[in-house]
Amino acid sequence: MTAMPMNVAIRSAIDVMLERDPDVVVFGEDVGYFGGVFRATEGLQVKYGTSRVFDTPIAEGGIIGAAVGMGAYGLRPIVEIQFADYVYPGLDQLISEAARLRYRSSAEFTAPLTVRMPCGGGIHGGQTHSQSPESLFTHVCGLTTVLPSNPYDAKGLLIASIEDDDPVIFLEPKRIYNGPFDGHYDNPVVPWSSHPLGDVPDGYYKVELGQAAIRREGDDVTVLAYGTMVHVAEAAANETGVDAEIIDLRTLLPLDTNTIETSVRKTGRCVIVHEATRTSGFGAELSATVQELCFYQLEAPIERVTGWDTPYPHAQEWDYFPGPARVGAALKRVMAAT
Amino acid sequence: MIDAEPLRFGVPDAPARPGEMADFSYLDVPDAGSVRRPEIDTPPADMRDLAYTMMRVLDDDGAAVGPWSPEIDVAKLHEGLRAMVLTRSYDDRMTTAQRQGKTSFYMRCTGEEAFAVGHALELAPRDMFFPTYRQQGWLIAKRWPLVEMMCQVFSNEKDRLHGRQMPIMYSARDFGFFSISGNLGTQYVQAVGWAMASAIKGDTAIASGVVGEGATAEADFHHALTFATTYQAPVILNIVNNQWAISSFQGIAGGSRSTFASRAIGYGIPALRVDGNDYLGVIAATRWAAARARSNNGPTVIEWVTYRATAHSSSDDPSRYRPADEWKAWPLGDPIERLKQHLIVRGEWSEEQHSQLVADCDAEVMSAAKEAEACGTLLDGRVASARSIFEDVFKDMPEHLQRQRAQMEAEQ
Repeated sequence: MTAMPMNVAIRSAIDVMLERDPDVVVFGEDVGYFGGVFRATEGLQVKYGTSRVFDTPIAEGGIIGAAVGMGAYGLRPIVEIQFADYVYPGLDQLISEAARLRYRSSAEFTAPLTVRMPCGGGIHGGQTHSQSPESLFTHVCGLTTVLPSNPYDAKGLLIASIEDDDPVIFLEPKRIYNGPFDGHYDNPVVPWSSHPLGDVPDGYYKVELGQAAIRREGDDVTVLAYGTMVHVAEAAANETGVDAEIIDLRTLLPLDTNTIETSVRKTGRCVIVHEATRTSGFGAELSATVQELCFYQLEAPIERVTGWDTPYPHAQEWDYFPGPARVGAALKRVMAAT
Repeated sequence: MIDAEPLRFGVPDAPARPGEMADFSYLDVPDAGSVRRPEIDTPPADMRDLAYTMMRVLDDDGAAVGPWSPEIDVAKLHEGLRAMVLTRSYDDRMTTAQRQGKTSFYMRCTGEEAFAVGHALELAPRDMFFPTYRQQGWLIAKRWPLVEMMCQVFSNEKDRLHGRQMPIMYSARDFGFFSISGNLGTQYVQAVGWAMASAIKGDTAIASGVVGEGATAEADFHHALTFATTYQAPVILNIVNNQWAISSFQGIAGGSRSTFASRAIGYGIPALRVDGNDYLGVIAATRWAAARARSNNGPTVIEWVTYRATAHSSSDDPSRYRPADEWKAWPLGDPIERLKQHLIVRGEWSEEQHSQLVADCDAEVMSAAKEAEACGTLLDGRVASARSIFEDVFKDMPEHLQRQRAQMEAEQ
């Protein structure tokens, strides 16, 4: 085991898979010689050569389209989209092509690609470096969407994603690359070395896709969160004293509804937290799922704490970001409901 | 205020519309044999002229002339002729079947048979073709069973794609034919990716991608050429310029300002512009581009100048946007007639043999249609099971799809 920040855990996963599988290739903007703007591929080109790890033109549609063709050949591409905000020119290749290729060809051709992209705010990235577009992907049949909250899961989930024979969207909350950010932006940065899930095995292991994790057990209210918001929710629970059960979804699709249902049936209350904008966000899907599965056990309306329905602002970042105060307020509201 | 005349907005219009005389004066047709043939390792900058002319092998009398005239066995020419004739018979039969309600939709390739057939017969078995929806000639030339093709068109019990795809959107991996997408242009950069993969693995197979002149406007076209030149991918990038993108003439894609082949020049990719209705020209250009790709000389762009002789699809009525006799006025003629004429001139074919070939192909298609229709058509509802729609969304069916399938079955 080694203490690793999340970007290093991600690099370790890619390194392990480049070593194990000669069909794995890695490419994207600035990922080769330079090692990626978030250093997730640093040193890998030197180690594996330019045929396995290389730079691409600035063309997300080209990157994903070429990856689809490589997958059809039999390779297992891992591509990096530099920021999730930049993925939109590649959506046709993802939605119409990668996600549908197995179906439309009756499995003659498949697209076993992993599309990594840093997401989320909290780094003063403004509206073009802060978005959380996960619900665009969960709405597409044929895509698996993964969003880890810590280094241990990031490595294990990424290895599972690379080994998956279908396209996987792997969203990386960039604010927690370096430490488990709980939303208190004025506090000193806490490194992953101080967190138990910053301890990462050096070799190969997998965290199975489609399985949520319970980060904090509690009896009063279920909090559904993922990525950075897992840490924000933990802070909110500790600060309000509400005995929240915090579920880290880890994989958004396929969704682990069993863990959600078991928890909400126990607590009778549910707060959903995500950084993405509210309307038609993934929280809407979660809210619908909870009421379908647990309506008669609910003792309070389901709450959503989300980013506002505005572009992610730059100077007012912390007014937009759903921090522990807003999550705490929601926890108190659902506890006050009778 | 700036003292200047008002700016003018220009929308190009087709040279002729319904009721007007067909007008192909925009098309310069050089003499057959007049275009030079560079060696395959010639630097792209030294052959830019080839993007602005039109390479032709067959002259007006049917003779093969000039430096591009390929060495090819007569048996291979007979094979190409047969595949083109069979393709036209197949299109005729499927058009009838569509009118009879046996399928919802059909797309013919009449007038464009030479490219797909010649390309198929010239490339190697392990090469991969990334087609559009108008290259059924490839499958026929590669001898994919007609029954398989028809079962897909009929969406019947034997449709290998289980009714998931619209008619004609075939997939035939073992015959080097990539799954057809209905989204235009997407396959172009995928072909480049496939070719990059082949090079990464040190393979010998090459890829060939196809786009229509209309879809060169898609970003995927630019992505494909950028990636192909950057990595010198072993790929042939074909532009089938059949003059019409549904109702939009080729000028709406910028074709009035420069040739489509010339777009390759800015990327440093060699380009050929070829008479697409000249079967020997197709063989020669494909052979040249394939040799370049296979010898690590990188990608080639080829514009095939041809004409979409019939409707865009069974849902289209071209009499509403172009002169009814335009096909008859098309300067490059009919690819089947031209190859037939060539073989006759060489003493290797006759009108009687040709009539017999057409009759044989019609009979082969009729026989295949009978066999395919016995497995169902859209008329009798013998399609893949409803429960099969949940398969192959993912390799392993996730729980939410299992639940939805159970619900569908419980509520039907």
